Amino acid sequence: MPKKTIPEEEYMNTGHVGCLGCGACHAMRYTLKALGPKTIVSIPACCWAVMPGPFPAKCLEVPLINTAFEVTGASISGIKAALDAKGITDVTVVGFAGDGGTADIGIQALSGMVERGTDVIYIMYDNEAYMNTGIQRSSSTPVGAWTTTTPVGTTKDWKKQPKKNMMDIMVAHKIPYAATCSIGFPEDLIKKLRKAKEIRGPKFIQIYAPCPTGWRMQPDKTIEVCRLAIATGAVPLYEVENGVYNISRKPAELKPVKDYLKIQGRFRHLPEEELESIQKNVTREWKILLKKEEFTKGLVDL
Amino acid sequence: MKMVMTGNYASAYGAKVCRAEVISAYPITPQTSVVEKIASLVSSGEMKAQFVNVESEHSAMAALISASMTGARTYTATSSHGLLLMHELLIWAAGARTPIVMSNICRANGPPWSVWADHHDAMAQRDTGWMQVFCEGNQEVLDSIIMSYKLAERPDIRLPSMINEDAFILSHTVEPVDVPDMELVDEFLPSYNPRFKLDVDEPYGFGSLVMPDMYMEFRYKINEAMEAARQGWRDVEKDFEKTFGRNHGGLVEFYNCEDADAVLLIMGSVASTAKDVVDKLCSEGKKVGMARLRVYRPFPVEEIRKLAGMTNIIGICDHSYTFGHWGPMAQEVRGALYGIADQPVMKNYIIGLGGKDMTPEILEKIFLKTLALKDGADQEIEWIGVKGLGGW
Repeated sequence: MPKKTIPEEEYMNTGHVGCLGCGACHAMRYTLKALGPKTIVSIPACCWAVMPGPFPAKCLEVPLINTAFEVTGASISGIKAALDAKGITDVTVVGFAGDGGTADIGIQALSGMVERGTDVIYIMYDNEAYMNTGIQRSSSTPVGAWTTTTPVGTTKDWKKQPKKNMMDIMVAHKIPYAATCSIGFPEDLIKKLRKAKEIRGPKFIQIYAPCPTGWRMQPDKTIEVCRLAIATGAVPLYEVENGVYNISRKPAELKPVKDYLKIQGRFRHLPEEELESIQKNVTREWKILLKKEEFTKGLVDL
Repeated sequence: MKMVMTGNYASAYGAKVCRAEVISAYPITPQTSVVEKIASLVSSGEMKAQFVNVESEHSAMAALISASMTGARTYTATSSHGLLLMHELLIWAAGARTPIVMSNICRANGPPWSVWADHHDAMAQRDTGWMQVFCEGNQEVLDSIIMSYKLAERPDIRLPSMINEDAFILSHTVEPVDVPDMELVDEFLPSYNPRFKLDVDEPYGFGSLVMPDMYMEFRYKINEAMEAARQGWRDVEKDFEKTFGRNHGGLVEFYNCEDADAVLLIMGSVASTAKDVVDKLCSEGKKVGMARLRVYRPFPVEEIRKLAGMTNIIGICDHSYTFGHWGPMAQEVRGALYGIADQPVMKNYIIGLGGKDMTPEILEKIFLKTLALKDGADQEIEWIGVKGLGGW
């Protein structure tokens, strides 16, 4: 019998109202498998505000509170404070927000929560745009992408700015633990969440969660695009523990980033020189990450 | 125990004697000494509470909503722009039916910057679903916190409550205040134990999307609770008096209103000065009275109609304004008295914005103006003390 690496227990039932091939759906399912039933989840405005189903339906087997768009960090701070006041110590408090709710409108409340050292897990499920409202660009949208507010058109108005690096921002807070995961690598995701659960203080987890609807690709490509993201170095998997970097997956040789971009319709307008520029940046960022790992490993004993 | 303290310390002691479990706050003038005092009470061990030093008022209210949903008794304090920043979450707090109690130190809104008293900040929150109390003195500031928790946590009410105290006039002015024994407060106010909360043993979901066939039902229930809170305030004040031996006049406090020729209707600390002026004018043979509107939400319709039966003229003194159509209290009072027989003559005064001083002399002038009003003979609204207007 092969060893099972994904827990069999389900805390997310059938009946969610996400789109076909939704990556955020897997993100929640694996998160709850990793953390178990003694978990309270706070969800701001995002796809997951809708996905549990309309009242009175709810596809999650854990207590769930809906909060305003920009307050996830504050909401989970309040839940944790109340549990502390009641002397309840065996419950994991999780904020589960999208990239817009994290990197844009919610960044202040998140920063405050991390700075206060709040013992919670903040999860940013990253589908790289405001998908719930209909594919508008966020600061987490990658350079080159089409969205409904970067509509390309005759003025070539695709997203011109690089994706905001939330991991760097979290590391600057001296957060005890931050990690990137991907729904295409569930064992890695579950391992990191379980590790986060055991660490005291604030934890930040960024889950790469493709959105076939917004990325203009077929729903059966969700996992394939996750694999290509890692194989090309476009979305590296790594963790930062007390400032020390550890890259979770290092492909022997990176595939051309074109392989990752060409299966997503949101990049199909890009001219050759733009593709080259993206390739250059991905290679550069990957090298920087390798250097960070090498440099910070030497700091372990400091 | 009798102590001499500011309105802000009375607020802090109010949270303490009620055993608030989670406090989350952000500093703003003139609220700061509330949270400083609570922080020192917590750090000295006198108060057992989680104090969350958030990075904005918006987060303060968000944290309390979630803490309250987890079953904790919660408290915060703010003022002016802090309250305005909270606006979205004030509506959320009422919608989530969280019995949060908050002190608002009433301060004018900018620009131009002002740190002094008026009620525009609180009035801008009228439609959020919060109960709103306006205090005359520091004892009332403390007592209203105790009464608020008692009513707000009632299972059929479950609405947040905002205690309003005027900037500096109450917040930074000392008065003797009786801080009740915590054991006595415990008798009056049992610990908060809501039937539904965030609990891993009973994993409910809260605040999820509802379709149009159910949304209005949720809103109706909030209004039903607010309507019930009107009698609730009357009852809770009676119970409070039984336990603590004092009251603050119910929803509307009547001062010499019976058979008065004219009454000024006032909210907040200006009422104190007005009482002195009423005494002076009465000693000179003039029949004037003062009514203090203490609870603004739920609005005391019956008490206002009762007042209309006591007097012929009501001068409605708004410490605020709505650009374009009277002061907010004037709108509400006129609405409450619409269509009644023998409607009194009513005039709206806008007073004391941004801390403009309301001296006994100015109030006496307003009383005399009001006494001289004839049916329909005067303008509907007058801004008091504005340079270049009406001889000021």
